[in-house]
Amino acid sequence: MSDTLLFIAFLLLGALTLSAATLVVTTPKIIHSALFLVLTFLGIAGIYVLLAAEFVAGVQVLIYVGAITVLVLFAIMLTHGPATPASNPVNRQWGLALVVSGALFALLLLAIQGTAWPVSSAALPKSTIETVGVQILTTYVVPFELASLLLLAAMIGAIVIAREG
Amino acid sequence: MELRLEHVLVLSALLFAIGVYGALSRRNAVAILLAIEVMFNAVNVAFVGFARFVGPEHLAGQVFAIFVITVAAAEAALALAIVMMLYRQRRSVNVEEINLLRW
Repeated sequence: MSDTLLFIAFLLLGALTLSAATLVVTTPKIIHSALFLVLTFLGIAGIYVLLAAEFVAGVQVLIYVGAITVLVLFAIMLTHGPATPASNPVNRQWGLALVVSGALFALLLLAIQGTAWPVSSAALPKSTIETVGVQILTTYVVPFELASLLLLAAMIGAIVIAREG
Repeated sequence: MELRLEHVLVLSALLFAIGVYGALSRRNAVAILLAIEVMFNAVNVAFVGFARFVGPEHLAGQVFAIFVITVAAAEAALALAIVMMLYRQRRSVNVEEINLLRW
């Protein structure tokens, strides 16, 4: 793929992701928020593919689009009682929240503009999946093992907290 | 035009700012969690961008992104369990009504 085509694809996927994310935080109905979140995750998976991260894109689709969305939809349905309002209004500080997030974005933009990024011109490995796999099982093997422990702890914790009684 | 690191970082910053706005402005606890997921994804986009443009020979950023996804999955499971428990106890997921620890 040529550089210009890659850039156009990035712009399109970025616009899709950003508009879906905006709808996630602004639509009044919580179930619509959850469904727009799926669109956001898929757009980000596309951006991962453009950035030569095929494995991360696959993990994103499996875990975010597959697992976390189902979990969120379950939670929404289980917490949707007669006392829960159908609409999901913003709180009283939404104007202040807009100012804070705008200021944060301006600060990040200044930092991005003001930093001389050590961009490397080295070529990508032939197979990024192979490199990531070797890295996980050599350099990052301790975090990898700790991640399994963390998932076990989270699983037990979620069962204990959500159990009846 | 070609894709550069700055473009990826600006996209990441925009997504993160959207997530911050959502987390600060929503009343429903599940909606706040969704905004936090958007922020996780913004950070992952930055990680993968750094992997592509700063260290393409060892791809540490992609490994970090995978670990972030793992932690985010654990966080989502626990947080949604807590939200369900709150709903069972208080019949509400509105964070403005959950003020047990406030004096």
